[in-house]
Order: sequence, then C-alpha cells, then structure tokens
Amino acid sequence: MSVPSPAPTKPVITHPLNVIVATDCGSTTTKAILIEKVGDEYRQTYRGEAPTTVEAPFEDVTRGVLNAIAEIEELSGRKILDGDKIITPCRDTKTGVDIYISTSSAGGGLQMMVTGVVQNMTGESAQRAALGAGAIVIDVLASNDGRLPHEKIERIRTMRPDMILMSGGTDGGAVTHVVEMAEYISAAEPRPRFGATYKLPLIYAGNKDAQPQVKKILNEKAALVLTDNIRPVLERENLAPARNKIHDLFLEHVMQQAPGYKKLIEMAGAPIMPTPAAVGVIMETIAKREHLNLIGVDIGGATTDVFSVFEGLFNRTVSANLGMSYSISNVLAEAGLANIMRWVPFTIDEQTLRNRIKNKMVRPTTIPQTLDELQIEHAIAREALRLALIHHKSLATALKGIQQERTISDVFEQQQSGKTLIDMLKLDLIVGSGGILSHAPRRVQSMLMMVDAYEPLGVTRLSVDSIFMMPHLGVLSTINEKAATDVFVRDCMVYLGTCVAPVGQGKSGERCADYVITFPDGRVDKGQLAFGDLRLIPLASDQKASIAIQPVKQVNLGAGAGVSITRDVHGGVVGLMLDGRGRPLQLPTDHAARVAALTKWYSAVGLYPTVS
Amino acid sequence: MPHSYTPGLTVTEHTTVRRRRMLSLPGMVLVTTGEEVRANQAVARAELPGKVYPLNLANQLGVAPDEIQEYLIKKAGDPVRKDEVLAENKPLIKWLKTEVRSPITGVVESASPVTGQVLLREPPRVLELLGYVDGRIVEVIPQQGVVVETDCSLVQGIFGIGGETGGEIVIAVTSPDKALTPRHLTADMKAKVVVGGSFISSDALARAKEVGVACVVIGGIHDKDLRALLGYDLGVAITGTEQVGFTLILTEGFGSIPMAGKTFALLSAHAGQQASISGATQIRAGVIRPEIIIPRQAGASGYPGIAAMPQREGIRIGDQVRIIRDPLFGKIGEVASMPADLQKIPTESEVRVMEVRFADGSKAVIPRTNIELIEGA
Repeated sequence: MSVPSPAPTKPVITHPLNVIVATDCGSTTTKAILIEKVGDEYRQTYRGEAPTTVEAPFEDVTRGVLNAIAEIEELSGRKILDGDKIITPCRDTKTGVDIYISTSSAGGGLQMMVTGVVQNMTGESAQRAALGAGAIVIDVLASNDGRLPHEKIERIRTMRPDMILMSGGTDGGAVTHVVEMAEYISAAEPRPRFGATYKLPLIYAGNKDAQPQVKKILNEKAALVLTDNIRPVLERENLAPARNKIHDLFLEHVMQQAPGYKKLIEMAGAPIMPTPAAVGVIMETIAKREHLNLIGVDIGGATTDVFSVFEGLFNRTVSANLGMSYSISNVLAEAGLANIMRWVPFTIDEQTLRNRIKNKMVRPTTIPQTLDELQIEHAIAREALRLALIHHKSLATALKGIQQERTISDVFEQQQSGKTLIDMLKLDLIVGSGGILSHAPRRVQSMLMMVDAYEPLGVTRLSVDSIFMMPHLGVLSTINEKAATDVFVRDCMVYLGTCVAPVGQGKSGERCADYVITFPDGRVDKGQLAFGDLRLIPLASDQKASIAIQPVKQVNLGAGAGVSITRDVHGGVVGLMLDGRGRPLQLPTDHAARVAALTKWYSAVGLYPTVS
Repeated sequence: MPHSYTPGLTVTEHTTVRRRRMLSLPGMVLVTTGEEVRANQAVARAELPGKVYPLNLANQLGVAPDEIQEYLIKKAGDPVRKDEVLAENKPLIKWLKTEVRSPITGVVESASPVTGQVLLREPPRVLELLGYVDGRIVEVIPQQGVVVETDCSLVQGIFGIGGETGGEIVIAVTSPDKALTPRHLTADMKAKVVVGGSFISSDALARAKEVGVACVVIGGIHDKDLRALLGYDLGVAITGTEQVGFTLILTEGFGSIPMAGKTFALLSAHAGQQASISGATQIRAGVIRPEIIIPRQAGASGYPGIAAMPQREGIRIGDQVRIIRDPLFGKIGEVASMPADLQKIPTESEVRVMEVRFADGSKAVIPRTNIELIEGA
C-alpha cells in the first residue's frame, strides 16, 4: 500500500464551512482562490494573485496574501479583509469567509539534510521520508558515501539546512556507525538557515538502541526529537512517524523564522502545509480513487516536484533548482542550450537567448508578452519537465511506503540493476500543475509540453490543473474532504485528452500504424499514421471512443512488436493526439529541417496563433 | 486612484537605512548603542571553532572502542601539539609499542567509547564583523550583532556578484548610454567604485581587474561575459561570495541597457564621495539586492524629518517605471493609465495591464507584472 502523505493534526472546526479562502504562497506568486457552497456542492468561484512579498520593503509573506485576497474582493464584491485582518467567520452573505487556509513553498521551501548508515538503504529511506514530507533534500550523508570524516563534518558545517533527519541501523543492530554520525554532527555544530540563536531541529529516526548515546551527544547541540526507526528491519520501511515529526517541526520551528510566517500561521484556520505535501495528497487521492498508475508534476518558479503512483506505491521527488523563474537559468545550465533550442521553431542568436533567460532569473515575476517569448518559455519548460522526470526515475527505485515487504535478495537485485518503478507503458494518466501548464493560453500547449517532455508510450491520458489550485485543495482536504472533492472534480481537473504513441522509429513518411476509431455516435474514422505525423482528432471531454490500432512489425503499442491493440480512449478539451513522431522521440538534427518539423507539428495541432 | 503592487528598486537621494550586522555564530559585540562607527571598524567578533580531525584510535591501537580511555595520554579538553603523543599502548616488549601522534595542534574534543574515535579540533579562528557603513549603532543584539543606521543616498541594483567593499565613487563615462570600455579604466581608479553607463564588455572586465577597482556599477552585461568572468554558468541568483577581483553591480539587467538617468545622475552627484557596496544578491525568500550606500558627509545640510523611506503600496498613475521584459526591455516611462479589466496580449493570455507613456509621447500597453517602479522618486 502507498504511504498516506502526512497531514498536520486535524483542527477542530465547529462552525459550518460555506465560504473558504485559500492561498498558496509560492516562491514567485501568491495564488488565492475563493470556494463557495452553491446549493449542495462546493465550487471555486473567484481567484486572485499577487507577487509573493519577500522583497524589501515588505519582507512579509502576508502582504502578498492580502494583495491576492484583495483581488478576489475586487472581483467578487465580497468584503473579506478588514484592514490587515481576514474577516472570519462570515458575517452575512457578502462579508467575510468561514475559514482561511494556506500552503507555502515561499522561503525556498523546507530544506533538509538527511543521514543514514548505508547510502542505498537507510540513506535512501531517510531521503524518501523527507521528500514525502515535502522537503528539498540538500544532501544525503552516509557512512559509506565515499567522503572522508572531515569532509562530512565540513559539509554539515557549510550547509545550513532547516532541519536534519538522522537514520541508520536496524533496531537491535550495531550502533557504532549511527553514533559515529552523531559525533560528526555534534562536531560540526550545524547552524540553521534562519535565526542565529535557535537550535537546529534534528530528528533521530534510527536504531532505537542508539537513542541514549545519540541523546547524550546531540541533546545540547540541536533541538533533538526522537522518533521510531524508519527502517526497523532491513526489509521494511516505516516512514510515517518521521514524516509527521518533519511536519510538526516545520510548523513549530522553521516557519516561525521565515519572514512574516508567524503572522501567516496566526491568520490561518488550519496548519500551513508545505505546497508539495498538499499536492501529494491530491495526487494520491486521484490514483487511489481511479485505481490508476499516474505521474503528476508541479512545475513552479523555483522547483519542479514530480509525484508518481505505480501499483499503489507513492513516490515524490523535488528537483530543487529546476523551475521557470528563480531557477530558469539553471534549466539552461543543466539542459544545455542545444536541448532548449531544439524546441524553438525559429532562429534566435545564443547571446539574445541567454540574456533573456538571465533577465527572467533576476526579475522572476515577469511574463512573456510576445509569441516568440512564450515559445521560448515553453521550450525551457519541456526541458525542466524532462530533467525532473529523469531525476524522479532515478530515485523511485527502492522500497516504497510503510509495511512494504521485500526480501534481502530483492534489495541486492535492485541495487545491481537500479531498475526504476516508473514504467511508461503502464502509465495511465499524467497530471500537470504549476503556472506554465495551468496558465498556458491554449490547453493544447500544456498537452504537447508534457507529451514532448515525458514521451508517453502507448495509450496515456493527460490532464491539467485548471488554474493551479491543487495545493489549495490538498490542504482543504485535511479539513473538509467533501469540499475538496467537489471542487477538484468540477473546477480543478481538466482532462486534456489521450495521447496514442507507438514505440519504435522509422523514416519520416513511412507507415507506422493503421488505426480505426469508433466514435460514440457510431461514426468510424479509418486512417494511417506515418512516422513524423502528429495528428489531433476532436473528442470531447465527456466522450469515449474505441481505437483499434495495428502497428507495423517493428512498432509496439504495449502488446508487443507488430501486435494490434484495441482500447477505449477518453476525450478532453484538446482531444485525441496520435503521435507518430516515434519513441524515443527524435528531432531532425539539421536546423532548417528541425524548424520545418516543429512548424509542421505545431501547426497540425494548432499550438500557437498564426502570426499574420 | 488605481494602484498596483509591483516590486521595485530604490534609487533615492536621501533616506535612512538600517543594516543588521549579524555574526554567523554567537560572539562578542564591541560597540554600544548610540556609538558612531566607521564602515571599516569591527563591531563584533566571534571565534569560529577550528576544523575537526577525527582519528580512529581504536583501529590504530588495535583495541576495542571501549578500551581507548586506558590508552589515552591526552584526555578530552586537553591541549595538544602537532606530533605530540595522544595515546600509546603498553606492551610487555617495548619495541612493540604503538604511539598515536596528533596530526594537528589544537585540543582533544572528545573520545568516544562507542566508536573508538577521538575528535581533535584546531584552534578557533577569529572572525571580525565590520560596520559596513559609516553610521551609528541603534541596536545591540547581545552576542549576535548590531543594527547600524545611516542617513544616506541609496541605489539598489538588480543583480551583483562579489561581497562587501567600499571606495570613492568615480564616474568613468559621460552619459548613461555610453558603454564602459578598457580605455575608460585608468590606473588611478584602483580601489575605487567605478560607474559606467550601458554596458561592460569582457575586455573592459579584464581591464577592471587589472586596474584593481573595488567595484564596477554598470547598466548591463552579456551573460556570456558573466560566465567567462565567473568560470561557470550561474544557475540561481544567489551570490555574494564570488572572488573575481572586484564587486560587480548591474543596475538594469543582462544585455546592453542604458543605466536609468536618475541612477546615473545620483551617482554622478556623489562623485568623489565614499560609498559602501555589497554585490550580494539573493532572488529568493528574504530577497537581497546589491546596493550602493553613500553616507551623508559630516556637515552636509540636513534633511529635516527624514526617516526611513515610507513603504510604497504600489504603482500609481504618473509614477516613473521601467519595462522589464522584451520587446521593450529597459525602456523607462511613466504610468499613463491602469485599466481594471483583463486584456488579451499577443500570447493570447488575458492579463492586467498598464499603459506607459514614454518621453517622446508614444504609449505602449504592458502587462503589469512586466513593469518595475523606480522607487525613491
């Protein structure tokens, strides 16, 4: 079974919740939504946004919150603010809200350092515990990580994490290595990122027999919290207690230090959740409810979070420096200019492009005003999404979730093969969220960005968060599940359609597969998909069609090379995308040929407006 | 009157700034509240614990970890010199004796009976925290640092590299749209804060380093030249520790962009005066922008009643603004109108916009998020 993402202690709310205002304080923008009960169901009615106010002279996250809510006030005509206060509960039909809730990833998110004894065992378990709790893992230290003791100590000294999670050893096993790590941490005298005087929160979730020694060594040096071992025996992970402690300490210590968060916590009617944890709740809920294998992505300004649920096993990773504003320059550095340029359907000189990317980095709240700027941002997004999925695949490999049993031989087999759990042929649904996907002017742009970046294989459905409200609904689900579900189904999840992508390659124009689509009204569309073709067939959101597809002999659609398949495919606001560009997707290397191919594909699906 | 929240950079002739000067670890504050301090004066001091050297004594002596105490000659807390014997065994045959000598001069921090490890620590290093600006101490935070206040002129840049420095302001070009070239950089600019115009090229950067300037303040730079200067591609805008020979502050951005007239005029008016500089930039939470602080000279005419800059709640019609995104990147104008309704821009996005009027009377519709207020007007 999957690990339920930990949620903060459920607050007791006695009054009815008919009007809810929720915000997500992102690294770039603070997004506010208003949810109202209309008849028997909850609907998202208005939204507002404002730059996150971490810049001087404000340096107070609540200013951005109030600005975003003020925009909702202006649009809805509802009075929500009384000066710097949110009016709760509702006074009448046009005044106040019943609760204010929020998520946050401003402040650079929760940055953690984790330690283990064996890097691929307790080190990875600790990493998964931290990632699952919504943290960014800035380093994994382990007894066998190849670094010399003094290098480890120097590393701990120079990094200034918000929190450290220590793991190591199975219960009843040897204590030496975990005590040794405690000694290194003690010697390093780690300092937290915010606040010079407060003690760094440190969670110990290793061999319980070492608790007395760890306490003796670290009690004076850190705000030490002891919890259950995340790896009580080698074959089992127990991540939930450590994750819950991470959440508690995040609220009690870390958020109290960030600019304005004390006020934000006081304003909110429920505990503030880290944005990735809230999105994780939603992703897991979708997968569980529909019994799906899914990949979810939240591409933000500073980070890209990837979530996956395969065979019920939940995983999350965060690529800390892949994002569309603060980290945009790092996407260029990691992907390389050529990889970005391969998606741009026109010529632009390197110097201009580099300067533009850096200017977005230093002024992260700006938006593309011209079509070519939009196309460049979409090109960068493809690379950020691609790199983040590679990162995710590399980490979603080992034990997953609590009570997940496997034998020692599996562990060694997995270490040798490094096999990822992500199987793109078994993937049912891709869910996209984050500004660049949710706010793309045309939905087909979101769909093709995800198709190009992830290269789904076979038959895969795609959806997008309508206006970026998954974090809000994640935190809402902790206090009112019905409200969260109502809004999620009716206002949040936008099904884009289904992508059918044969696996294999061939020369452009050669036959790839023959297909027969039977529409719900009985209409039949027979055709041939050639290599190099990208085709869009209208199929509305509430429609389901049947597609029978016979690939040529070297091409596979999941049933084997040359074997035909028949599948029901769901429609969406974009429709049914038949992708004959081959898998792996290969773009022409010649510049002119590549521009011509991109122009043809983009025009085939109506990706951008035609410039007259 | 409509207004909009938009972050901006401060460029102001007179303001009062407070700078929090904090030690990275607890130490001793050397000044008192009300005291006048100089930029280069130490205001607090701390001792940075020395480097730690772990030594696995149990392994070296070939004994169990819980036995090492018996063999230790130096105990936890004892000072030790390099090559001094830390521990030795006591064999029956003398020439089988093993001695473990200290690899450093320092103290024995701890000896663990669980791991058999001894931690040695080098002597602490003294860290002095400077005042950074000429001003007065308005707050002492015991053991941690101080708050220094100064009446000054202030210019915030958009991006910088390199740490804190200071020096006399010298204007190297005749107008804000002129590029700074190697010939502008003369030997007498050593240790000075050199103000250029629109752009600095890679050869001028090399010349600045050769001359030994303290800081270059410039409108723009090409990203490729920054990459060459740093030796790597900067991924995220968190800077301040770079060592390139001088501090570099961009006032406008990347590319060749004339320095805002107001910024150039202000810096020109203070040519010959001392400035405190920081290139540190952090475009994340608790944003830090590079800055040029020019403290008021003693005896200068006062600004009655001037305190810290009042907080601006946003842009209003008539405000001077800078466009911060292509296609009109870097252009400066004033806000002509701020329509409340969303407008469709060429990308097909529907966004809130502003109408900006330029000096030649022409107007352009720009998304509000692509506008920056030139503060301190």
